Amino acid sequence: MSQGKNATQPTRISSLVLLIIFITIALSLTALILAANNFVNDPVVAGWLILIGFAGVALSTYVILQMRRRVSRLRIEIPPINTTIECRKCGFKSVREFQRGDYVFKEAEPCQKCTDKMMITAIYREVKDKDKEREKLRI
Amino acid sequence: MDMLASVVKFNWTISQNPFGENPISWILNLLFYVVFIAFIFYGQRIQLYVMLREVEGSLYKLKFIKDEGRKVAIETIKEIGKPQTDPTIRVDRFLEYFTIGPQNLDPAGVVWKLEHILDVRDVRFKDEVKLMAPASDETQVNNLENTLEAAMALNYIYKVIRHFYLLGKKTLSLYVIMQIQMILPLIMREAEAYANALKAFAYGQPIGDGAGALVAGKLMHGYETRKMPKDCVVATVPIEGRTAYVIKAEGPGGNVGKPGDAIEQLINENKGKVSSIIMIDAMAKLEGEEVGEVAEGVGAAIGGPGVDQFKIEESILKYHIPINAVIVKEDIGDAVSPMRKEIFDSADKVIERIKQVILERTKEGDKVIVAGIGNTIGIGQ
Repeated sequence: MSQGKNATQPTRISSLVLLIIFITIALSLTALILAANNFVNDPVVAGWLILIGFAGVALSTYVILQMRRRVSRLRIEIPPINTTIECRKCGFKSVREFQRGDYVFKEAEPCQKCTDKMMITAIYREVKDKDKEREKLRI
Repeated sequence: MDMLASVVKFNWTISQNPFGENPISWILNLLFYVVFIAFIFYGQRIQLYVMLREVEGSLYKLKFIKDEGRKVAIETIKEIGKPQTDPTIRVDRFLEYFTIGPQNLDPAGVVWKLEHILDVRDVRFKDEVKLMAPASDETQVNNLENTLEAAMALNYIYKVIRHFYLLGKKTLSLYVIMQIQMILPLIMREAEAYANALKAFAYGQPIGDGAGALVAGKLMHGYETRKMPKDCVVATVPIEGRTAYVIKAEGPGGNVGKPGDAIEQLINENKGKVSSIIMIDAMAKLEGEEVGEVAEGVGAAIGGPGVDQFKIEESILKYHIPINAVIVKEDIGDAVSPMRKEIFDSADKVIERIKQVILERTKEGDKVIVAGIGNTIGIGQ
């Protein structure tokens, strides 16, 4: 089975869901307008209509926000990678961002202190404290 | 008597109009009954649609990750390999490659059949990558191969989930969709890990799986190395008065080598006079365990399809060589994404543990084999 154009692909936001949301918003707004018109004549009914209207608007807004959040969440985060360079002679150490071509035990630029050749001793990524906390909470 | 009459009258009034006098209350009551009855008859179907919706959301995310993977692979090939023609068609063809495992109806000799198929696959993949990226050197070919394999894994995950999603939609079977919905969080974690791995492979960064290779690299650095079969290197390193043969896959390109063959050859070269074998590898941690935790045990610590583990076990059995293992704990996400600092820092702890094992388990002047297992991408020697 190839990934042909005819294969069913999941859509970003279903048109049916969008239609339901718009209908709910329209009905909710109608309820609010009716409530405003009937407020003097029948305050009880107006109260109910206000409740229904606001609930409808709130629910629709929540659903739309959830969908937006789901779409914005779709990206691959590239964590920052550090390269540690060390001088074997004088022990001078520097940390910089990873550059393509770096590898552990590679000879790097001359030392700033003793001009001896430095070496890449570590390439790693650091996980944020927040993520570590989340890991601990899994216990 | 009057009171009783009034209660009866009141109850009678209620039973006359079960939905209440107020029209709003009437509507709400009716709505409640409708929803209640709908849930009785269509509850399972509603649950099915909720599940389908959840799978659909994840499928959309998987599609995004898969497309990103393909894009990264194509861009890296164009950047490094400098091809004359557009590699897109070749990459798309590569993503659809499959490997058929050997028939195991008669299991005798299945390991050699599997090894042969894996060798053919490896050669085929390398040739394809060389055709796609003619300007790349050996290290870059290995890195590109790993990048394409990660993109391939993402493509496969997406297609399997899409298969169950569409099957569930077609059959409207709760059980078809339920099985995929239940394991979806684990699959998503794996897919996200592969997405991170893509960048790591494309840039040649060390990954968590390389913990064993890093330890071996640290031990052998500064000593002369020689090549071993296949894609492995060995250095003779004095440790605590013993002679240690330290093995790792040849870096810094993405490569796991065949440590099984290298260990077998070393044992044969020394006519079986090896006091101990110590294997170092990354191991899947259980939730709640710390990343980079070091543990010790016995047995051949090596993953993969099992060919190398089989070969090592055969060799040690022949000469009754004790085998020890030191492992670094990490989860699947850490294993294929750029190496975490905790894993990097654990390398020194592992070296201490190896020295301790050598001191406790061997005598001075003995020969030991220390094998650092794992993908050596971004790690030299």
